[in-house]
Amino acid sequence: MSGPTLAVEDLGKSFGAVRAVDGLSFAVRPGAVTGFLGPNGAGKTTTLRMLLGLTTPSQGRALVGGRPYAEHPVPASVVGAALEASSFHPGRSGLAHLEVYAGQAGVGRARCRELIDFVGLGPAAERRVGGYSTGMRQRLALATALLADPPAVVLDEPANGLDPEGIRWMRGLLRGFAAEGRTVLVSSHLLAEVQHTVDDVVIIARGRLVHASSLAELSELAEPETYVESPDPAALAALVGGRGWPHRPDGAGLVVTGVLAADVGAAAYAAGIELHQLASRGVGLEDLFLRLTEEAS
Amino acid sequence: MRTALVAEYRKLVSTRMWWILLLSAAAYLAFIAGVMALSFVTAGEEAAPALTGPELAAAVYGLINAIGYVFPLVIGSLTMTTEFRHQTITQSLLVEPRRGVFLGAKLLATVPLGLLYGLVGTVAVVAVGAPILAIGGDGAFLTDGDVVAVILLGVVVTALWAVIGAAFGSVLTNQVAAIVVILAFTQFVEPIARLALGAFDSLDGVAKYLPGAAADGLMGASFFGALGGESADLLSRPAALVVLLAYAGLLAALGRWTTLRRDIG
Repeated sequence: MSGPTLAVEDLGKSFGAVRAVDGLSFAVRPGAVTGFLGPNGAGKTTTLRMLLGLTTPSQGRALVGGRPYAEHPVPASVVGAALEASSFHPGRSGLAHLEVYAGQAGVGRARCRELIDFVGLGPAAERRVGGYSTGMRQRLALATALLADPPAVVLDEPANGLDPEGIRWMRGLLRGFAAEGRTVLVSSHLLAEVQHTVDDVVIIARGRLVHASSLAELSELAEPETYVESPDPAALAALVGGRGWPHRPDGAGLVVTGVLAADVGAAAYAAGIELHQLASRGVGLEDLFLRLTEEAS
Repeated sequence: MRTALVAEYRKLVSTRMWWILLLSAAAYLAFIAGVMALSFVTAGEEAAPALTGPELAAAVYGLINAIGYVFPLVIGSLTMTTEFRHQTITQSLLVEPRRGVFLGAKLLATVPLGLLYGLVGTVAVVAVGAPILAIGGDGAFLTDGDVVAVILLGVVVTALWAVIGAAFGSVLTNQVAAIVVILAFTQFVEPIARLALGAFDSLDGVAKYLPGAAADGLMGASFFGALGGESADLLSRPAALVVLLAYAGLLAALGRWTTLRRDIG
C-alpha cells in the first residue's frame, strides 16, 4: 500500500482580522508518521479542516494525492480523519455511529463490528456514546476514521484522554500504518507526546511554518541534557557553575544542558566529587520545540 | 445519493427521539380529537353546533394537520439541528463533502418518517374521534369520499411538514432556537396573522399563502376557519401543494446558501 502525499501550498485563512493560518506550505509523505506540532491556537486544526474540505481557504490550497479532498469520489476511502473526540450523538450507540457512516465510506456492517472490536470497544458496542469516557470516544473516533481502511490517516490530538496503555497501543498502530506504506499525520501541542512515534515533524506557530524536517534533523538542533546527582550538592553546584555550564535544579540533582554525560563525569572525577547518579537525558527536544514556537511569536 | 439517504435514514432511527416524539404526537392527537369530538357532539342541545355531519368528521380527522403539524415540523428540524448541536456535521461532511447532496438526502430521508407520523397520527384521531362521532353525533362518515380524502391528505401533509421542518433546520441550526421559533410561529404568530389578515379586505388574499393556511388548503378543511372569524378562503389543493413545496424549497435553498456555504467547525 502506498498512501497519497498530503500537500499544503501557500495555505492561508483569515477569521476577520485574525490570520489563523498564514502562507503555510509543507508536504506529508507516505510511509512515515508525521507529527503536526504547535502550541494551542497555532492553526493546526484550521489547517486540517482546510485539508479535509470543511473550511474554505482564504488563499492557497491543500491537496490529497494531487487534488482537493472533496473531489475524490469516496473521500473517506482515501483519507480517514478523526478531528474531534466529542462529535458524536450521545444517544446513539458506538456501533450505530459506525453503521451510520459505513455506507458512505463504502463498507458494510460487518466491517463496523470488526472495527469496534479492533479498537477495544466490543463490550461497549451497544451502549450509548453519552456514557463513554473520553478515551472511549477517542477510540470510536479512530474506528470511524478507519472505516474504509484508508491509505492515509489524519488524527487531531489522538492521544488526548487515552490512558498510558491506550497511548502505547495507538503508537504501535500508527507505526504499523507507516510500515505498511500509509500516510499518517497526527497533530499535537506536545512534542514529547509524539516524540517516540513520529519520523517527521512539521512545527507551526501563529499560523506560520516554523520548522519541517525529519525528527533526526530536528534533534541535531537540540542540545544534550545530563542529569547529575551528588551527596555534596554544594560542591556539584560550584563545579557546574565554575565551568559556566547552563543548568537547572531537578529533584535532588541538577540537569546540565549542552554538556555530554561523559564530560560532566570527567569533571566531577577530576574535582574529587562523589556522584550517585549520572545519566544522559538525551536531547532537550521539548525545550527546542518551545524555543522554536516562541521565537515565531 | 443512495448511500447518503441510507446514512440519513440510519441517523434518524438510531436514536430514541423519533419514537418518543411519535408516541407523544399520537397521545396528544388522540386526546384532542376526543375532546373536540365530544364538545361538538354534546353542544347540540342549547344551540346549533357550528359543524355537523361530514364537515364535523372532516374537521376532527383534520386535527392531524390543524393541531398535529408541530410534531413533524419539530422532528424534521431536529434531523438538521442535532448535527450542529452534537457537531456530527463534521463527520457527516467528511464522508459526503457535496453539501447539496447532504442536504437533499436530509430532506428526502424525512419523507418516510413524516408519512409514518401522518399514519400514526391519523390512526390516533380516527380511532378516538370516529366512535364518538358515530355514537353521539351524525356518524363517523368513514366511507364518505370527501372525508376519506381528508384522512389520506392528512398523512401526505404531515410528511410535507417534516420536510419543511428539515429545511427550516438548515436555516436555523440552533436546536433550541429552532424549536422555540417553530412553537411560537405555529401556536401564536400564524393563528394571529391569519385572523388579523382576514380582518382586512385588502390583505385577505395574503393569509391563504401562510404555511398553515396552505396546509389547510391542501386538506380542504380548516378547523379554525370553520369556527368563524377568519377568512374561509383557502387555496385549491394543487395550488396549496405547490405553495407548501415552495416553502420547503425556499427554506432549503436558503439553508444551502447560508449554513452550508460557511466553514464547518
